Amino acid sequence: MRFVDEFRDPELADRLFSEIARVAERIGRTRTRPVTVMEVCGGHTHTIFRYALETRMPENVEFAHGPGCPVCVLPMGRIDDAIAIARRPEVIFTTFGDAMRVPGAQGTLLQARAAGADVRMVYSPLDALALARANPERQVVFFALGFETTAPSTALTVLRAAAEGIGNFSIMCQHITIIPTLRALLSQDDFRVDGFIGPGHVSMVIGTRPYDFIASEFHRPLVVAGFEPLDILQSLLMVLRQVDACTARIENQYARVVYADGNPAAMAAIDRVYETRPACEWRGLGTIAGSGLSLRPAWRAFDAEQRFAVTPHHVADPGACRCGDVLTGRIRPTQCPAFGTSCTPDCPSGALMVSSEGACAAYYQYQGQKGAA
Amino acid sequence: MSDHTIPGVGADGRITLAHGGGGTAMRALIDGVFLRAFSDNPAAPQEDQARFAMADLAALGDRLAFTTDSFVVDPLEFPGGDIGTLAVCGTVNDLAVGGARPVALSAAFILAEGLDLAVVRRIAASMAACARAAGVRIVTGDTKVVPRGACDGLFVTTTGIGVIRPGCAISIASGRPGDVVIVNGTLGDHGAAILCARGDLALDVTLGSDCAPLNGLTEALLDAVPDVRCMRDATRGGLAGVLTELAEASLVTVRIDEAALPVRPEVAGVCEILGLDPLYLANEGKLAAVVPAAAADVALAAMRAHPLGRDAAVIGRLETAASGRSAVHLANRFGGQRVVSMPSGEQLPRIC
Repeated sequence: MRFVDEFRDPELADRLFSEIARVAERIGRTRTRPVTVMEVCGGHTHTIFRYALETRMPENVEFAHGPGCPVCVLPMGRIDDAIAIARRPEVIFTTFGDAMRVPGAQGTLLQARAAGADVRMVYSPLDALALARANPERQVVFFALGFETTAPSTALTVLRAAAEGIGNFSIMCQHITIIPTLRALLSQDDFRVDGFIGPGHVSMVIGTRPYDFIASEFHRPLVVAGFEPLDILQSLLMVLRQVDACTARIENQYARVVYADGNPAAMAAIDRVYETRPACEWRGLGTIAGSGLSLRPAWRAFDAEQRFAVTPHHVADPGACRCGDVLTGRIRPTQCPAFGTSCTPDCPSGALMVSSEGACAAYYQYQGQKGAA
Repeated sequence: MSDHTIPGVGADGRITLAHGGGGTAMRALIDGVFLRAFSDNPAAPQEDQARFAMADLAALGDRLAFTTDSFVVDPLEFPGGDIGTLAVCGTVNDLAVGGARPVALSAAFILAEGLDLAVVRRIAASMAACARAAGVRIVTGDTKVVPRGACDGLFVTTTGIGVIRPGCAISIASGRPGDVVIVNGTLGDHGAAILCARGDLALDVTLGSDCAPLNGLTEALLDAVPDVRCMRDATRGGLAGVLTELAEASLVTVRIDEAALPVRPEVAGVCEILGLDPLYLANEGKLAAVVPAAAADVALAAMRAHPLGRDAAVIGRLETAASGRSAVHLANRFGGQRVVSMPSGEQLPRIC
């Protein structure tokens, strides 16, 4: 496949693996602790496991799998809110596919559909808007999930709904932003990550400048990376070289897509439609100030939670699951007592087991139940 | 016979509840659509059962094979086939991969009130054509009509009988360490074609289902290699589903080579965009065959000589399961290894 196979070239990968091993060996001469590199984005986690990159890592290089899968960090209470809206007889509830299996305290959206709710999978918020046009007698709600990657398309859909005067369309806004969460992670005393592989899609929108504080305040390198295996390997090498040289800079490996200033039109759409929530709950991480988006007052007419007067549910994360410790890199998925026992892809209790981008599902799927290939 | 000559069909040519009511409308539908399509002799008296001479069956082999499958698909018609060809091929293939010669099928239809009769005619015609191509007859059937909304257009259940050739002992549990795994062509074509045919992706690709009866291919393979260990058609759950079952039942590790897997560029592209894996996509004209290593070349040549096996490839081999743990391992182009797990639920497209 053109423009894809080039980034999966085994010979180039071998050269990168060798270079990674060489730099890691040099780092190992002066340091006993392994180098831990966190890939922030769930798409990167998926690539790492799909291509089994971690099986060819030097002993002193580890990946920690970060909080950049929007489905994985969905709190249970928000799923319950979504189900409460979806159960209303007048509502067609639309969502991206992988959110349908995430369990709340009241079950999943798939189970709500089996019980009679009209829940439909869409590929884009514009599909939901088209449903609203085609079903004027129904209320169509779009479950607006994701980071800055998907927030602009939701924003433009709201603007179009307003321009066309489509009154039976609304969104349940669960858009979140990665920067406050990275700051919160870095501020924890026991956060032992030495460098980051930065999210490619988010950075395509926000650019690379918002990460500057990671280098200047927290002295960690971050390399914005693409999603192909060679992208990840090259980015990892760039991080390791910085660790080796004791530098901390923000670098951009994904320059074919990401610009330092990001995408100003997309940022303008975000700014026009959303404001920052004072606080937003993340599954496994708790409440993080300023990490969520909600509709600005001018667009509140499109807020499904206001339209249907939803009282937000707050549900504690399931006790046995240690999603938070996995998300912060403190433990590996296989070290969680629920992994492979009470929490499996067929019957997930933690959200990291739900999405194929979740670290636990990736471990389970690609390394087998016991976590050993 | 034009549609307005079938009682109960209005000027708009739609199925009504009368067509399942047991009266003249139903009789006319069966005679005018199904019997016309399926029967060699529609004028012969219609009994309540099809009848077979035991001697005719015994001439083909020494055991009966018997299988059934229900079909529901959205959309009913798609590039490369329709629900009818799926039903015929699915049942023929389930017989064929057991080493059986398919003999006869039944077809039971559940039609939704309001379904366009022209659709029913087209589906019956394509089933008849597909059965002819596979050398089987559709000898008995049933029709029911349910109120609008109680079924999605048309459901069909096909049951088939076949006769297993003498000495053939194919089983999912017969794989042995050292055996090789062969597939007869590109993976995931049907699953990707259906996703594209639903039209909500607006992907501009020309991709047809691989839906095809495989009994000609399995006969050719068994003629060339009588000691084929196992065969499975890789339908729902894809090749991953078949191989994980094989590993479990035969208590072996199946090691496959990613670089050897035949996948069309269009299918690979659809999978890239949606975050799906061709190993898990459905096929309707693909099988995995396990043969002893010594017979691999002969098996491959026999398959490649058949039109449905032109892209046949050896994709992996069976090994002793390490410490009794059966599994499917995939070696990727990077020298890495990953486990291919049993599919769980439906593959859902990823958000980003």
